[in-house]
Amino acid sequence: MSLQLQPNLAEPGQRYFRDFTPGDDFYEALIETHRDLSDEQSQLLNAKLILLLANQVGDIAVLKQALAAARDNM
Amino acid sequence: MATYTYPTFPYQPPADLMQGAPQRRPLVIIGAGPVGLAAAIDARLQGLDVLLFDEDDSVSFGSRAVCYAKRALEILDRLGVGDPVVDKGVSWNVGRTFMKEEEVYRFNLVPDAGHKRPGMINLQQYHLEEALVKRATELGADLRWKYKVVAVTPLADGARVSLETPDGAFDIEADWVVVADGARSNVRRQLGLDIEGHVFKDRFLIADVVMKADYPAERWFWFDPPFHPNQSVLLHKQSDNVWRIDFQLGWDADPEEEKKPENILPRVRAMLGDDRELELEWASIYTFQCRRMTNFRHGHLLFAGDAAHQVSPFGARGANSGLQDTDDLMWKLALVIKGLAPQALLDTYDADRVYAADENIRNSTRSTDFITPKSAVSKLFRNAALELARTQPFARKLVNSGRLSVPSFLVHSALNTPDADRFAGDMVPGAPLDDAPVGVSGDDRWLLDQLGHRFVLLAFADSASQVDAALPTLAAQAAALAGAPIQVDTVLVTAHAGASLPGVATLHDRDGLVAQRLDARPGTCYLIRPDQHVAARWRAFDASAVQAALHRATAQAPQAVAERLAA
Repeated sequence: MSLQLQPNLAEPGQRYFRDFTPGDDFYEALIETHRDLSDEQSQLLNAKLILLLANQVGDIAVLKQALAAARDNM
Repeated sequence: MATYTYPTFPYQPPADLMQGAPQRRPLVIIGAGPVGLAAAIDARLQGLDVLLFDEDDSVSFGSRAVCYAKRALEILDRLGVGDPVVDKGVSWNVGRTFMKEEEVYRFNLVPDAGHKRPGMINLQQYHLEEALVKRATELGADLRWKYKVVAVTPLADGARVSLETPDGAFDIEADWVVVADGARSNVRRQLGLDIEGHVFKDRFLIADVVMKADYPAERWFWFDPPFHPNQSVLLHKQSDNVWRIDFQLGWDADPEEEKKPENILPRVRAMLGDDRELELEWASIYTFQCRRMTNFRHGHLLFAGDAAHQVSPFGARGANSGLQDTDDLMWKLALVIKGLAPQALLDTYDADRVYAADENIRNSTRSTDFITPKSAVSKLFRNAALELARTQPFARKLVNSGRLSVPSFLVHSALNTPDADRFAGDMVPGAPLDDAPVGVSGDDRWLLDQLGHRFVLLAFADSASQVDAALPTLAAQAAALAGAPIQVDTVLVTAHAGASLPGVATLHDRDGLVAQRLDARPGTCYLIRPDQHVAARWRAFDASAVQAALHRATAQAPQAVAERLAA
């Protein structure tokens, strides 16, 4: 299985009339989750989030592709 | 200003309005910006007398709003000023977003062919207003220049408007007042009405520069370009070789210093990278906020445009949503003034345009947060999205340098009749109807130009000669629908060109796009509102269903009435 690189965000049961809305909805929720946190707390939250989502993805081969894509160009 | 000469509109002394003051009028409009003028034109097209007051006697100073979206152009077409605006303006559909010097994202506002108008045109606001004033005047709107509204006093059955003119002060009363006096609305302030939201801690320099430049007619947005490091820049082409350039300056910038030409021109030269001739026509420092009034209806006062709601400029949702406000309001107000619909119809203006304002505020706020992140972690994710966008398609969708103005789908409107039949596609009740090419008596035309101003029943058949098979009783009922107190015009849409139906306008769906976009087949009917939004739709024609939908779309449905009585 290959890492999903096409837009893939949507909330089940929601109807979207504009293609940018689901991505923007998630992005806003993500930033909002960090509200009132210090920079250090935000770092910790991000790390926890990575671990949570990695477990959700499950497939380590896919996760390794994600790791490589994130590291690319650095 | 080299490229434009400001007109001076004639001052008419108020003697005629002072006689036996306070006189009473059905409709007064306050403010001659794009929204007030559009309301005046629409009112005249609906057969209403209009008195409009503006404290000045010219058009907008500076290019200001600039970007007019497809839906606004469709509204301007309906008002009869579409062509002069589009002919003078610069059309565009493509927006490109750059990070440093590399393009990371591109959007196309109208990817499909078969629409009359482009996604956006750029036009200096003074050109738009001049066209609107001309149209309002030729339609007989009574425009009073240099009439300053100093107070509005709500009455049980209207409002009293107190005015000052060069020839003295007087009062006038109106059954209904449309308040379109802009972001700093004196009327809103004088009445102590709330407007809630938040201010963004940033400043932008906006400059109109006259220059010869080869940039295409596209919106270009830069994050952190080499010529303006760590800040954003936005470029738009306007008419007459006037370019609008926005430079982000940050909260700590000194507005007075930054507005000086000697500080602006070097920024522009850095962007161009050469010494070509430049002329600075107009500059302003912009701070912005996203906020709205709690309610847009206050008794007999109806607030529209920036007086009711404001957004940050990214996405061009300010003037565009104001024009959509009047599109929603004026047909409703006309029915109420004519005694054909209850005042509750105006509460749906409030509910539906508040919904739209919230959508515009949400999108403008998100764009502003991406362009000017408010925290370190927000900036971190912004930069991560920009980095990934260089190579990953999903990240490009997250890059938000502006979600350009599109009309809301009013899916929660009380005026909608919910679908009982199954339909694919986006033309749901509450949707702004999609345009499509049609044939009218052999000529190439556009669907939306055939609609508007009144309710229309769009009915589909293979051809006019097969109408009875697809839509039994339609031909017989059309005259009754058209002659009713709230007129419904029947318009037949046929897959095949050919004969037309006597007494019923017939459109040939010449590219099949009407049927495709509306998911229509023979027998399908759509009830379209005077503002070209979908009120109801069915797979068969049923006169009593159409009546029920019409009642609902004019706030007269028995259920709605019962709910109001119970409240």
